[in-house]
Amino acid sequence: MGNKRVAIVGTGQTFHKSHRPDVNGQELINEAVAAALKDAELTMDDIDGIVIGNMDHFEGINYVDCWSVDGSGGFMRPIIKLTTGGTTGSTLAIGGYHMVASGMFEKVLIIGWEKNSESDTTGAITTAFDPIWDRLVFAGAIAGLAAEGQAYMHKYGITDKDAARVSVRDRRHAVNNPHAQLRKEITVEEVLASPMLSDPIHLLDVCPRTDGACAVIMASEDVAEKICPVPDWIIGCANRHTYNYVGDCNLGNIDSMRCASAELWEKTGIKEPRKELDVIELYQPYSFAGILWIEALGVAEPGKGSRYIWDGNTDMGGELPINPSGGVIACNPIGATGLIRCAEVALQIQGKADARQVPDVNLGLSTGFGGCFWTDLILHSKQKPE
Amino acid sequence: MIDQDLNNVEPLVYESKIGVPYYWWAGDTATRFLEAIRDKGELWGTRCPECGKVFVPPRKSCPRCFGQQTSWEKVGPGGTVVTYTVARKKREAIPEDVPVVFALIRLDGADTAMLHKIGGVDPDKVSTGMRVKPRFAEERKGHIRDIECFIPD
Repeated sequence: MGNKRVAIVGTGQTFHKSHRPDVNGQELINEAVAAALKDAELTMDDIDGIVIGNMDHFEGINYVDCWSVDGSGGFMRPIIKLTTGGTTGSTLAIGGYHMVASGMFEKVLIIGWEKNSESDTTGAITTAFDPIWDRLVFAGAIAGLAAEGQAYMHKYGITDKDAARVSVRDRRHAVNNPHAQLRKEITVEEVLASPMLSDPIHLLDVCPRTDGACAVIMASEDVAEKICPVPDWIIGCANRHTYNYVGDCNLGNIDSMRCASAELWEKTGIKEPRKELDVIELYQPYSFAGILWIEALGVAEPGKGSRYIWDGNTDMGGELPINPSGGVIACNPIGATGLIRCAEVALQIQGKADARQVPDVNLGLSTGFGGCFWTDLILHSKQKPE
Repeated sequence: MIDQDLNNVEPLVYESKIGVPYYWWAGDTATRFLEAIRDKGELWGTRCPECGKVFVPPRKSCPRCFGQQTSWEKVGPGGTVVTYTVARKKREAIPEDVPVVFALIRLDGADTAMLHKIGGVDPDKVSTGMRVKPRFAEERKGHIRDIECFIPD
């Protein structure tokens, strides 16, 4: 724990779309920032630090902290840029949490954004891989995910039909979320009939590319309850990075998430995450992860994740709803995606999630995932930590 | 790309002319690995003195326990397919004719797998656990493609 307890006191999002030709990046950022300030009933003058991030190379603008000030409100304020690939959004939240928890900043504005429409996503992601060893034959995001899915299928005998059930859930949930990009229900049959991208991943098993931004305001215990009637208290974070070269990966076992969640449950005293958590916003870029990764979190036993999902436990109204927002399969402005998970859990804790609200949320988990199977976890609570 | 929905207007597109050329130094460790392939047709990994793991591609320091003084150890040439994929669509980054099989191959004596291709076999006959060995190029230049591909052993 830091010196100060930390809570989310305001969130804002754009209405995410496949492309936003009506605004440039700064203007897109500004929509989310203005919405978050309005939500917290604060002005830019109340903000004493900014953390911003997006994916390297996606828009081809490399000093985003500087370039974005017109939209971020960062003129003559301290700004830090963070970028960690797919986990950028969740890393931003963890970075902002550290700043406020340190006691050195009282109210921090956290911004994640992306205009995926402005470049070649796979080309840009490929620049994350080692140019000597991996890049010649390994590219983009989907190949590694397909390998993970195959390894799990081989180990536990599930099929692409089981994974399709996860896509069906998230797309059904997305109908309730006006901010989601894809708001049309799909069926298991439609998932299985959609084009195969990289076996076993069909088009409807995987996330889209999205333009969007998200902003979150965190405040210290000294002011959080004055700003906000129901602050969303951050009670713990954990993160892990694993391999560099693709050949080092323990395929089918997301070691980073297993290790990070063990740390998080231990330090927050969670014994049975399945029973104690009320909601999860899982950074789940493809359907198979919805099965594998809840096992890594300790929500389902190894090999039992699919059964848990088929039984409706993770649907709205189930034991532990996952992705009430529709999640990443319905919407993926990558640099914002992890922060959207965090903001969505904050809305759930605050009781402000409208049509996608899960009743009586006291404890929620948001996660981030990045290209080389790394993990960020953030635990949110309605109760102020001791 | 910004495209389909812009039915009502013809966007003015200015193609970016910025070229950013990069050059990557392989470094002494990778160079020694590549030179051994070029000059002797041998495959070498590095062993961590602390955890004992052997890494291919070779590492100057251990990525697991951070041991600093790794030592060289001959591996392979035979190996086992850990996983593979069949690329059936020709893309800019694939100079070969398709279908081409990319695989992670754990060389005998190594704890990690290296990425390469599998050839000399019908792609539909490739399987996880399959034994393979390298086929070296006749003219070798110190490039990873000095191994043309791995073939069934």
